[in-house]
Amino acid sequence: MRITVTVDGTKYTDEVEPRTLLVHYLRERVGKVGTVVGCDTSNCGACTVHLDGHSVKSCSVLAVQADGSEVTTVEGLARDGRLHPVQQAFHDNHALQCGFCTPGMIMASIDLLADNPDPDETAVREGLEGNLCRCTGYQNIVRAVRDAAQHMSPGAGPEAEQIKHVGVGGE
Amino acid sequence: MTATIEPEVGKARLRKEDERLITGRTRWTDNIVLPGMLHLAVLRSPMAHAKIVSLDVSAAKDSPGVIAVYTAKDLDPDGSIGMPCAWPITPDMKSPRRPVLADGQVNFAGEGIAVVVARSSAEAHDALEAIDVEYDELPVVLDMEAALAEGAPLVHEDLGTNESAVWKFDSAEAGTGGNVEDAISSSKIVLKRRFRQQRLIPAFMEPRACVVDPTGTQISVWSATQVPHILRVMTALTLGIPEHKLRVIAPDVGGGFGGKIGVLPEEMMTVLVAQKLGKPVKWNESRSESILTAHHGRDQIQDITISANADGTVTGLKVELLANMGAYIGLVGPGVPILGAFMFNAIYKFPAYHFACTNVFTTTTLTDAYRGAGRPEATFAVERIMDELADELGMDPMELREKNWIKHEEFPFTTVAGLTYDTGNYEAATEKAKELFDYDGLRREQQQRRDSGDPVQLGIGISTFTEMCGLAPSRVLGSLDYAAGGWEYASVRMLPTGKVEVTTGASGHGQGHETAWSQILADQLGVPFDDIEVLHGDTQSSHKGMDTYGSRSLVVGGVAVVKAAEKVVAKAKPVAAHLLECSEDDLEFAGGKFTVKGTDQSTTMQDIAFTVFAAHNLPDGMEPSLDSDATFDPENFSYPHGTHLCAAEVDTETGRVKLRSYVCVDDVGVVVNPLIVEGQVHGGLAQGIAQALFEEAVHDESGTLTTGTFADYLLPSAADLPSFTTARTETPSTTNPLGAKGVGEAGTIASTPAVVNAVIDAVRHFGVNDIDMPLTPMRVWHAVQHGTTDAGGAGSEAGGGLGSIDASGGAQ
Ligand code: FES
Ligand code: FES
Repeated sequence: MRITVTVDGTKYTDEVEPRTLLVHYLRERVGKVGTVVGCDTSNCGACTVHLDGHSVKSCSVLAVQADGSEVTTVEGLARDGRLHPVQQAFHDNHALQCGFCTPGMIMASIDLLADNPDPDETAVREGLEGNLCRCTGYQNIVRAVRDAAQHMSPGAGPEAEQIKHVGVGGE
Repeated sequence: MTATIEPEVGKARLRKEDERLITGRTRWTDNIVLPGMLHLAVLRSPMAHAKIVSLDVSAAKDSPGVIAVYTAKDLDPDGSIGMPCAWPITPDMKSPRRPVLADGQVNFAGEGIAVVVARSSAEAHDALEAIDVEYDELPVVLDMEAALAEGAPLVHEDLGTNESAVWKFDSAEAGTGGNVEDAISSSKIVLKRRFRQQRLIPAFMEPRACVVDPTGTQISVWSATQVPHILRVMTALTLGIPEHKLRVIAPDVGGGFGGKIGVLPEEMMTVLVAQKLGKPVKWNESRSESILTAHHGRDQIQDITISANADGTVTGLKVELLANMGAYIGLVGPGVPILGAFMFNAIYKFPAYHFACTNVFTTTTLTDAYRGAGRPEATFAVERIMDELADELGMDPMELREKNWIKHEEFPFTTVAGLTYDTGNYEAATEKAKELFDYDGLRREQQQRRDSGDPVQLGIGISTFTEMCGLAPSRVLGSLDYAAGGWEYASVRMLPTGKVEVTTGASGHGQGHETAWSQILADQLGVPFDDIEVLHGDTQSSHKGMDTYGSRSLVVGGVAVVKAAEKVVAKAKPVAAHLLECSEDDLEFAGGKFTVKGTDQSTTMQDIAFTVFAAHNLPDGMEPSLDSDATFDPENFSYPHGTHLCAAEVDTETGRVKLRSYVCVDDVGVVVNPLIVEGQVHGGLAQGIAQALFEEAVHDESGTLTTGTFADYLLPSAADLPSFTTARTETPSTTNPLGAKGVGEAGTIASTPAVVNAVIDAVRHFGVNDIDMPLTPMRVWHAVQHGTTDAGGAGSEAGGGLGSIDASGGAQ
């Protein structure tokens, strides 16, 4: 089947098998290897990307379902050489160790903040329930998401705009 | 005068590694794509134990995209290839050959039977379904005690037994202490308990993968491994490939926790297939495949006897273990319980000690190292039985510990297990922990809840622990029949422009080595942090090493960096003297500068690097190089310790456990980067708590793993864990010049008993003195309802028949 998908701002038209998962399309055809696969039961969240502004587990979406859509991966977050505030917060708060869960965690966190710009600890923990991390014990991830929320709150300047663009854009 | 430069060691430096990881520019093995690369998929046995009657691969060969299909006969026609074991713990240890593909018989569910190589991974997996296998089922052996019983079905018929090895240590025989039987018979109090260490899945987030490129002058092997150097040697020895014709690269590796310490049959298959086809080949596993076939951890039955005087002074400890090896022997699997043997003494002064371990074969996935390897198992048993002893004596469990631990002024202290602990201050860590935790306040609240019959009871769990890190002194490893040494290697290269490359044999997989090594080297050479590049995980650049496990990276590998840097400075000194026209004795080195004492004449490391590169003006006879390397072999282990306190709320009506607070004070010696240390502690705690409350690999009676995906194997999510309060005391280690002790395993080791002790403490007044891990709501509820000490059959598939036994012995 022929699909046209905009990935991180670039339009791709490709022939794909109907069974191809979005994550495999992104990794193998578009070369977006920043998005990774951690499980085969849609439990780990490592493959999380944004599809038309909302986070999805790209291993549970078929590539054909993304036809005509806009996909943002972790590779499309940094703009003009500047990290997305959530990326920056993950770095600042040592919210990653091996980094394998990180792309998915960052994508899920951005969506979480779009829904709830000032989550408390419980809200962050519950909001990230679908993303597993084996290294960090989550504490610094929670810290990072709350820290990012501070930087993106109203009045936080252009960075707050950025999350709007990435998080809920594309409709 | 030289400005004072703030030292890097001790600074909470943000990590160098992060940039590529947060932007998705990481090099995972599965990202590697080579021209003409083929994909390999493995057909795995659904049976736990069976003879392969027939194996027909012809239809698979005709499947779309398939290039080749191989069985054991094709890859290893004369059946001579066997997966290596580096730790034959006894001269007569039984270690059946583990072929790369099952050869006529499968011995655990998931064992590889055939491989398909195709143009795409999907085509390779499709073709697996076209392979026809006929099995003749054999009886499974899952339970260790049943496996050792007379007439039990044998995993390997030809061995004539399911017993792999028995390993013993006795303090009377070793001359390190008294006779345990005497201690037990002459003591007022004797307690005997059985604890289970359930089987766990390491569950690194990046599944394993391997890419082999046989084109070029060397065979290049990329692998998601913790041990690239060991993998190179072992591949050479296992497959008979000259070592210099092999290059192993561990690019970014997404977690290991001991789970990526093995040398894999899949790696060997991929090499063999790539060689046969002359093309690059990739194998990558699915999560289900990983859970089924990557080695598992723990899985011990621990029979512990402790004896004490009426005042609570411990007099003896006897440990009898059964350790489940699974169907085959892993790379270091047999040695895992042996590492534990040295840790049962924990922080206490047991005057007599006996340890015996029987390694048992069962028709299950093999077990091997998992975070802490042997030490969490040991610490759990000791910390649990200390709580039980306190209960028996009617003493506060903290008071019992304080009575028996090694006092600060008694260090260095040689334990009954024969280790010499260099330093430690259990008092300081405990004081601090109690203060942060509000120990007395929580004890009062606990009493109130008990008195009022509150349905939610409160329990306080204590775990005071030490462990041996920095694995390991080569001589010690040799004395324990481990095949290799425990040294580590580093080299430092001053580049012409004044930048620095450091290579390390300790290749990390999430621990932040690039950052920590840069900090260490920046101080040693006085060059900026950002001017340093750490190269690792490639046998071509970091050509020597013993890799990363056992919290050895910093205390062995980091020290090698210090030693190599010292040699660079020593080489630079005559050049500085030459340039400054003074004697070497007149020079002092600080902050990257050689200064003529009492003057402002100086030259920097960077200047010297260029001078040496140009080589126009060097001292007579000097070799134009500052490059230096060093190998550090520690004299002794290092001994981090700490006090962990957990407050757990147990809903007696539902069995649900909620961790209300968790406080830990760890002493990991001198800290290079507090951020990294804290992160390691957090992650370690999560894994230890998960053992206590959530995780268990369960087989059904046919030997099928019923926890075969992340949907069934309960890895905790953010919502399942609390925030932790972490703090430190700092008692520098004297066993290495950095004063560091290692931190990777501390959280895991200490937290499991802390949590279980807390839960038992909450419901002890219902007559409960043990519950098998993981403490699921069902098990806790059952224990409360039945006021029982036996969690067997508590409603979970895993509970059946293996519950803990009653307290026996008791006051005589
Ligand atoms: S890979 Fe998609 S959820 Fe695990
Ligand atoms: S950082 Fe390793 S899995 Fe999350």
